[in-house]
Amino acid sequence: MQPLFLTHAAVATSAGIGMDASHSALVEMRSGLAPCAFENAALDCYAGQIPDHLLTPVPDNLAEFDCRNNRLAQLGLRQNGFEQAVRVAKEKYGAHRVGVFMGTSTSGILETENAYRRRSPDGELPKDFHYATTHNTYSLAWFVQSYFGLNGPVSAISTACSSSAKTFGNAARMIAAGVCDAAVVGGVDSLCLTTLYGFSSLGLLSTSACRPFDEARDGISIGEGAAMVLLEKQAAPGSDEPVALLGVGESSDAYHMSSPHPEGLGARTAMERALRSAGLESSDIDYVNLHGTGTRANDAAEDKAVCAVLGEGVPCSSTKGWTGHTLGACGSIEAVFCALAITKGLMPGSVNTREVDPTMKLNYLRENRQAPVRVAMSNAFGFGGTNCSLVLGRPR
Amino acid sequence: MRAFVESVGIVAPGLADWDVAGPILAGLAPYQPSALSLPPVELLPSAERRRTGFPVKLALSVGHQALVRAQRPLDGIATIFTASSGDGDVIDEICRTLASSDKQVSPTRFHNSVHNAPSGYWGIATGSMFPSTSLCGYDWSFSIGLLEAAVQLNTECEEVLLIAYDAPYPGPLGKRRGVSVTFGTALLMTRQRTANSIADLDITLLGAAPDQSIMDDPGLENLRQTNPAARALPLLRAFVTKQPQSIFLESGPRQTLLVKVA
Repeated sequence: MQPLFLTHAAVATSAGIGMDASHSALVEMRSGLAPCAFENAALDCYAGQIPDHLLTPVPDNLAEFDCRNNRLAQLGLRQNGFEQAVRVAKEKYGAHRVGVFMGTSTSGILETENAYRRRSPDGELPKDFHYATTHNTYSLAWFVQSYFGLNGPVSAISTACSSSAKTFGNAARMIAAGVCDAAVVGGVDSLCLTTLYGFSSLGLLSTSACRPFDEARDGISIGEGAAMVLLEKQAAPGSDEPVALLGVGESSDAYHMSSPHPEGLGARTAMERALRSAGLESSDIDYVNLHGTGTRANDAAEDKAVCAVLGEGVPCSSTKGWTGHTLGACGSIEAVFCALAITKGLMPGSVNTREVDPTMKLNYLRENRQAPVRVAMSNAFGFGGTNCSLVLGRPR
Repeated sequence: MRAFVESVGIVAPGLADWDVAGPILAGLAPYQPSALSLPPVELLPSAERRRTGFPVKLALSVGHQALVRAQRPLDGIATIFTASSGDGDVIDEICRTLASSDKQVSPTRFHNSVHNAPSGYWGIATGSMFPSTSLCGYDWSFSIGLLEAAVQLNTECEEVLLIAYDAPYPGPLGKRRGVSVTFGTALLMTRQRTANSIADLDITLLGAAPDQSIMDDPGLENLRQTNPAARALPLLRAFVTKQPQSIFLESGPRQTLLVKVA
């Protein structure tokens, strides 16, 4: 594919709000996970929660969109001059030539959970509940296009935990087909009882802060977060070593709804397609940001897949110990972490991981490593056997 | 963007498949919305069949129809699923449970609550490891899926299967979401014209347009208005009337898709 430059990026997770805070958290090995104190959840687990006072109401003219998920989107897009950059792009290309592709798994379902708690004896939901602009999966993409007044191609991608990785593919295709010239891509997922109790029911929630690839790993910690990226054909003026999206690979496991293929077959296919799309060899990858959720099955399958495609030597890590598993948002958040790895020459280690599982064959980094990263791969896999790998790096 | 349609799957009240729907859409037979009959999804292993909800069965059913009609293997094509809502029964059940004192959600319901559940079951049923995406565009989901299909055909795919579906929400949420009937349709689309192409499409994204295409028949127009996937009806009608025409489909709060059909 033709490289697309990440001309601006912004991120907000429990580990850090904004690029600088995120970088500091990575460098200082500071996790955002804490014992779960979300709403009335009574679960023995950890979560990556963003403090409520940071989640401020959306603008009055968009009041119908007001919900935790869109507030978190707003927090994300207000970081690092991202909002201004999109307005400049809108001016430059025209409102109809900037696309919006947003990934989310549960969108604003928390509003519906709360509305059900407040339903009247005859089952009516409260009048101040706005399904379309909060809970509906399109709400996030609708909010972002409305926030910026954009009217190019817009869609919500909802493929569980690969959602916002896949938005990069949607944008790349739309730009290649000439439907738009630039795109706002990313993802947002926020805490809700559906995912906390849902993952708990599957026995996939760790009772401690998640420990990806640890010998004693026992599940995920759910986090909330947002990442936004502006993709353009040209690098931002004055940027000396810009980072670009070089390749995207997607595949399906065709195996099981909530377990990965044990040999990581679908994951392998996604990584191979991403390399092919980038026109690169496996030896070109300097660092892999793994999906690495911290469940026994996911990490074991990903280990096999990565070793099969890239070999056992390439440095790999999962950053979910910092952020928790941000579900539909993790693909874009970790793409932004890869951009940080490239610009800062930092291969993150793995916070919380104590003893790397000796049965794993890949080169898993427990400690941070300062080393040049020219090309990085980011993996995102999800329920339903959906896989997406991204290749990011300095274009040749 | 150019794209060709080779076959259509459809399930809605009174529209059991494309053989039934074609003459009705062409105005050669009256539209009578009868009770919906959804054939059992033989594709899925029986254990999985028991676990799947209605929207999954609907989506798999129309996708299967389109590929069988075109005599294509089921495991050899990229898919685009698009729907305004996930599985309403599952969401209703989960929200009721979470509002109760015992919040123990069923694990099967939880994994069926993801928007891409039909895509996941499609993979399990067909064995296809091809890329698959699951889109949502609220009331504009069909045209958003159609645009993505055209874009895939003009970039990385020779052919793609677009599956649009929506089923009513039950319970309290059902009263707040104006989806009152079931509708699913699937289009097997190709980059090049084939010997079996039934329509030649030229697709352009525009800003907001004053008029969008509607159905003349009141029953079909009611169907179009009460299910987001049924916004496809004016386009499906154009496949059978065999006259070059322009179809306008709302594609967002400020977007319209112009589809020139030849």
